[in-house]
Amino acid sequence: MTAPRGGAPRRTGGPRDRAGTATAGRGVPAARVLWGLALALVLAWSVGPAAWQALTALKPDAQITHVPTVYLPHPVTWKHVETLWSRKPFGTYLANSAWVATWATLLCVSFAALAAAGLARMPGRGREPLLLGLLFLSLFPPILLLFPLYEGVRWLGWINHPLALILPYAALNLPLAVWVLESAFRQLPLELDEAARLDGLSALARIRRIHLPLAMPAVATAAILVFIFCWNEFMLALTFMTTDACKTVTAGIASVSGASLYEIPWGQLSAAIVLATLPLVLLVLVFERRIVSGLTRGAIKG
Amino acid sequence: MADLTGHDLVKVFPDGTRALDGVSFTARPSRVLTLLGPSGCGKSTLLRVIAGLERATSGTLRFGEAPFDELPPGRREVGFVFQNYALYPHLTIADNLGLALEVRRVPRGERERRVRETAEMLGIAPLLGRRPAQLSGGQQQRVALGRALVRRPRFYLLDEPLSNLDALLREGMRAELKSLFGRVESAVIYVTHDQAEAMSLSHEVAVMRAGRILQCAPPLALYTRPADLFVATFVGSPRMTVWRGRRDGSMLHTEGAALATPAGLGGGDQLDVGIRPEDVEVSDRPLPGGWQATLEVSEPLGARTLLTLRIGGATARAMAERREWPARPWVRWPADRLHWFDASGRRLDPGGPGGSGNR
Amino acid sequence: MKAVRAGVWTRERALLLLPAALLLAVVVVVPVLRVLMLSVNRVELEDGFRLHFAGIEPYLRLWLDGRWWTALRNTAVFTVSSVALEMTLGVAFALVLHRAFRGRGLARALVMLPWALPTAVMALAWAWIFNDSFGVANDLLRRLGLLPHPIAWLGQPVTAMLAMVVADVWKTTPFVALIALAGLQAIPEQVLEAARLDGLSAWQRFRRVTLPLLRPALLVAVAFRAVQAYGAFDLVYVMTGGGPGGSTETVSLYAFQNYFRYLDFGYGSAVATTGVLIVTALVLALVRLARPRAEAA
Repeated sequence: MTAPRGGAPRRTGGPRDRAGTATAGRGVPAARVLWGLALALVLAWSVGPAAWQALTALKPDAQITHVPTVYLPHPVTWKHVETLWSRKPFGTYLANSAWVATWATLLCVSFAALAAAGLARMPGRGREPLLLGLLFLSLFPPILLLFPLYEGVRWLGWINHPLALILPYAALNLPLAVWVLESAFRQLPLELDEAARLDGLSALARIRRIHLPLAMPAVATAAILVFIFCWNEFMLALTFMTTDACKTVTAGIASVSGASLYEIPWGQLSAAIVLATLPLVLLVLVFERRIVSGLTRGAIKG
Repeated sequence: MADLTGHDLVKVFPDGTRALDGVSFTARPSRVLTLLGPSGCGKSTLLRVIAGLERATSGTLRFGEAPFDELPPGRREVGFVFQNYALYPHLTIADNLGLALEVRRVPRGERERRVRETAEMLGIAPLLGRRPAQLSGGQQQRVALGRALVRRPRFYLLDEPLSNLDALLREGMRAELKSLFGRVESAVIYVTHDQAEAMSLSHEVAVMRAGRILQCAPPLALYTRPADLFVATFVGSPRMTVWRGRRDGSMLHTEGAALATPAGLGGGDQLDVGIRPEDVEVSDRPLPGGWQATLEVSEPLGARTLLTLRIGGATARAMAERREWPARPWVRWPADRLHWFDASGRRLDPGGPGGSGNR
Repeated sequence: MKAVRAGVWTRERALLLLPAALLLAVVVVVPVLRVLMLSVNRVELEDGFRLHFAGIEPYLRLWLDGRWWTALRNTAVFTVSSVALEMTLGVAFALVLHRAFRGRGLARALVMLPWALPTAVMALAWAWIFNDSFGVANDLLRRLGLLPHPIAWLGQPVTAMLAMVVADVWKTTPFVALIALAGLQAIPEQVLEAARLDGLSAWQRFRRVTLPLLRPALLVAVAFRAVQAYGAFDLVYVMTGGGPGGSTETVSLYAFQNYFRYLDFGYGSAVATTGVLIVTALVLALVRLARPRAEAA
């Protein structure tokens, strides 16, 4: 008996398959139910912890610390969100994160676009080692770089200055951005380059007017991925930003942790967690396709 | 070895496409049945249903007396040759050939023997240690064939196996396939859209269109007595010339010329009449019962010359001797070489409708 | 027209690569060199912090440092457990997602969610989930009848490590799943059909056709993940802080403590450097071992 789970289903594209998209489950009902169950479990697992935070954020304090656990808040309370907003400089954290992430992304993607344009038309002999080298650099655990960067930042007087984060973030995400953009640029027809050259366009002009517009999807992918990484970064943000006015949201929230987790107002903390992660959730939901293609591109080529 | 039969097979895909619309067939041991038709006609779907890769919506499949609709594909004992070969990229050729035997727990010694025999028969014995990526297209195709042969299956299913080869290779492989098929005991069902392949390889050809079999007959019968307008124009190259006309008494008036309809021909007022280019008579001098045509294009094809002629208001084609032809040759359509069809495309014979075609 | 194909380097290309190269040099290359330099120094507190050259002394100190070995062991346990679980789950998730179904895009987005959320922030969430008094983990297990009394997850070494591994697996499985999914989509449908016709059962098809063909992609995933898991800092710092009693302290965290708590930058650098060397060697070995069998000639 064939169980469809484990075997790949029919895909579109074969000359025989005029029937549009393949269907899930070829008709063995038991296996189909099993698959549905598996999917439900996978989704529950993926969404669970985040959903739990959201529920906690909306519960009145008494229900949060109730034993046995109360799952659904009743009634739903917005108190934690309100207190969070007014008491802690939470809004500032969010603004800082957005500011740093946006500038780092812009810087990173610009530099990456230049480098990618340079790499894309390079013969393999030179290009491959450079790409591999880039990959190699990207694998260094950040802890290795932390202290010297700290020294440098201190020396420049950039503690609590956004540039302390913007430059390193841009650098650390260069490999990823270059990978994504380079493969996209390489797929543009060579003739376009050559025609533009004959028309007298400089390299920068070509990048601006041909490469970037035509590879816009890849640029968007790279930008989204870099933005996510920048927003989520913790170690550097923790080390370089020490005042509330300058902290990013990850450092701000997580620096609450300490020896005694019992003293923490979990309701507020949950609200903070939810608000800090909400932008990302929206990003993922809207740009799912881009993110997936960007992540897998490098891996499959590698 | 028993007959493989299908009864009234229907396959409707979830999006509503009716790929098979009531197909019945019989494939006999040691005989080659070819499914011929344009893309989308359902021939590949039928093959996949027989293999078990798709389930029919209704209808039955039998091997001998036993129905096997419920058997999973792995147990139908089918030798399937894919259009794109579908070799296991990560296994050696020897492993590719032997996998099915291994799964059936054939003892190692016998397995290796059979693999070697098959490889030698197909001329690929020196390649046994290599991987598919290292082989040429032609070699890969032989391995795909070998994979089916080594299992001594109940029947063979081949899905356009030659379509990925270049023209020269294709011709050579066609001859080899024919000789191969002559030596197997099982039934062979072959799918192709190339009518030359169908004509050359088959004992019987089923011409399919839009999910139905229009005619199932030996190749020559399809050629001389096509049961259907579509079959008539699909089989035979160059294509049959067909004129449409209105019947008036015992004459058919077409845009080209008027022809006498034979006695006892059924059908209604609107008929189609066709003739194969190779049956047309062409001459410099006037032919009684013929017409004077205007030569539009002359294509010297080597042994013969294909003429495109204008007769009256229509065009016709004729396969003529290889020589230069004047601007206004004479052309005649012998009455015994004409094919008559009614308005719905069905063959008409003098003395009643129908012909040698079944479904 | 310039001979694009003639040489590898043209002035134009060099200029294009310059900004990125400079940035990387400043942020990555120079710091790495600096760390190497720091690691062979000793830090003395004499009006300010002065560095004294110490040769390989810090490394010898490392060799004799029990806490270092503990950290290394913890890191190894964490990395191996995490990666093993992620690979298995990731492939399983990919298999489930590999069908066409309505809402597939949404499902994929939801599966990706853990990966997109900040580790440090979700570490807090996980700490809450594994809270011994009010945590959901204990509650669920109790309701399922698997637990007689609540576990103090973060208060005991083994369970703390387990909780950390679960949190890490949750976060990074999507990455593996996506790579596996792309790999699955690259396997030609007809090869699997041929396998069906050859009589292989679903499990046999998976083990003998799908998995071998997935190997290259999975190898990449393992290499990436091993390095990332090894360097994991956010999760450990926030969720357990290395506790209880240093039983979840990883190499990264130990280096961090040396830097910022003990202000022993020389030794911290030695810790960080050695850690990186070890993981690099391991990954290279892993890749080299697997390479000859993974590739057809």
